[in-house]
Amino acid sequence: MNARPQIGGIRSSFAPWEDPAARPLVRFEGVSKTFGDTVAVKHVDLAIYEREFFALLGPSGCGKTTLMRILAGFETPDAGRIVLGDQDLSAEPPHRRPVHMMFQSYALFPHLNVAQNIGFGLRRQGVPKAEVASRIEEMLALVKLEGLGRRRPDQLSGGQQQRVALARAIAPRPRILLLDEPMAALDKKLRDETQFELMALQQDLGLTFMIVTHDQDEAMVLADRIAVMRDGEIVQIGRPADVYETPVDRYVAGFIGDVNLFEGRMEAAGDGRVRLHATEGVFEADGIATPGNTGWLAIRPEKITVHSQRPPPGGNQLAGRLLDYGYLGDWTTYLVEIAPGRTVRAARANATRTDDQPLGCDDPVWLTFAPSSAVMLTK
Amino acid sequence: MRRSGSSLAALLPLLWLAVFFAFPFMLVAKLSLSDAALAMPPYTPRIDWSLGLAGLRASFSDLDGETYTRLTKDGLYIAAYLSSLRLAGIGTAILLLIGYPIAYGISRCPPSLRLALVMAVILPFWTSFLIRIYAWIAILKPAGVLNTALHALGLPAVDILNTETAVLLGLVYAYLPFMVLPLYAVLERQDDRLIEAAQDLGATPLSAFWRITFPLSLPGAAAGALLCFIPMAGEFVIPDLLGGSETLMLGRVIWTEFFANRDWPAASAVAIVLLATLVIPILVLERQQARVLR
Repeated sequence: MNARPQIGGIRSSFAPWEDPAARPLVRFEGVSKTFGDTVAVKHVDLAIYEREFFALLGPSGCGKTTLMRILAGFETPDAGRIVLGDQDLSAEPPHRRPVHMMFQSYALFPHLNVAQNIGFGLRRQGVPKAEVASRIEEMLALVKLEGLGRRRPDQLSGGQQQRVALARAIAPRPRILLLDEPMAALDKKLRDETQFELMALQQDLGLTFMIVTHDQDEAMVLADRIAVMRDGEIVQIGRPADVYETPVDRYVAGFIGDVNLFEGRMEAAGDGRVRLHATEGVFEADGIATPGNTGWLAIRPEKITVHSQRPPPGGNQLAGRLLDYGYLGDWTTYLVEIAPGRTVRAARANATRTDDQPLGCDDPVWLTFAPSSAVMLTK
Repeated sequence: MRRSGSSLAALLPLLWLAVFFAFPFMLVAKLSLSDAALAMPPYTPRIDWSLGLAGLRASFSDLDGETYTRLTKDGLYIAAYLSSLRLAGIGTAILLLIGYPIAYGISRCPPSLRLALVMAVILPFWTSFLIRIYAWIAILKPAGVLNTALHALGLPAVDILNTETAVLLGLVYAYLPFMVLPLYAVLERQDDRLIEAAQDLGATPLSAFWRITFPLSLPGAAAGALLCFIPMAGEFVIPDLLGGSETLMLGRVIWTEFFANRDWPAASAVAIVLLATLVIPILVLERQQARVLR
């Protein structure tokens, strides 16, 4: 789709979804689920590959948790089926699925100690006692809880409880591990640390993870691929950079990150570009035009340059007045009024400690952006 | 200010306990160490207040444990004591077996239905306890409701009124809510996610029940068992109305000693022994809970 090299680099050549010969580990085939009058999941098709870190992202009530619970076996789909490897899971009850879940509330067994919690799944599998003990120790070391095996869950901090929940779900070596909002109960600093630990763990153990989250940053950091959901449907699936830089519609563009949208009539501009006649001006962006139709130009704040002097004419340009700005340390965000009641967001990385041309509120400013930085959306 | 307020709040229940439990308890304890006498009130020694403190001391020096020795020598008291504990024990076991499925069933119902079912458990309390036990006489008597029904079905009649069976039936019937409610309270509170987590980790629904639901409901079972066992062991009305003369229970012994034999010291001693016995399970439970917390 994108001929230019991708921004953000490529973490690894891991991309089985691009290989037509690769067989997915889990397939959702036309899965639907209705609760009373509300359709929670609408005809979802999805393929997750071995060793993938897959994120289901969407606002609350979009059906992402239901989709995960269907895979775990806690909900029965009204239509469609789920296949794991060669096995149709539809008729399998939760306790016979090699799929384990880390619950948002952790759901640790309060009357069992940490070691018994972690060993619970192993014991159910009939693993010999001696091996259970050594696997528990292995897991405790893995999640850095050595020596805490005899504690009860209520004697642990929130972060420690989260690790126990993770160790308990990993211990029986699931084919796929489901994580339901795993960081929701942690504070921000702990969350950042845990995210990287979780990624390292997934890579080291070669496990397949599926995470449900409403936090776009979390999904971007963790996942190999993100599926953005809305009203029970999957709107877009792709690498974090694909979803961010090439959103398929205004919903995805707005849900992941900040975005400025300009609505107008499209016109072909040649060279793979579209010209948009908007009320705010005439802009060009990458994309294929359907001339005469309404389109939306999407441009991210950080891809807009703010000038204190009028730049030479040409290109995508907007003039306005600086309404407000926010200094965030690493970033400064600008709110620019380009017409009465019409504002545009811009952002700049603070690469230097001082600013030659500091901007103040009510100063006239000019905004420019490259056509290749903008995306043309048709819905 | 806040401190004195909170200590006042702690003082009130203590005061209540002192006035309505500790003081009467000491009176009964003193009575149990006295001797029966043909007098009004029917015991000696009595404190001669005209002698002041000396009279008090004199009356205390006359107290002895003679009544207790008498209790241990009389087979009737021992038999009544043992049969009280036995009936209360069997009754508690039956209540656990019946009450647990009821409480579990209610807790699994949709929330809208739960309240109605809990009400149904409590509803019999709206009728007088005495009337409900009398009703059992009408059901169990030789030509009663039960035997009429059995006869209509072509089954042989049963004569269980004035037997231990009738007493147990009455005990189980009367105390069922006290078993169901504490069990329901713990089962209803239980996080469904725990069961899901257990099943997710490979436990069958039955195994998830035994390993998660059941152990977590034990505090409720213990509370229910105590709430039933203690009053059942001292129960008077049910054995009196349904048990006839052949059922010996301590509640009836106390009543007989007080009102029929006018032997207040013996009645008091029996009451004290019963109380001491019932404190033991409470202490055991408390120690167990302390261990769980540790």
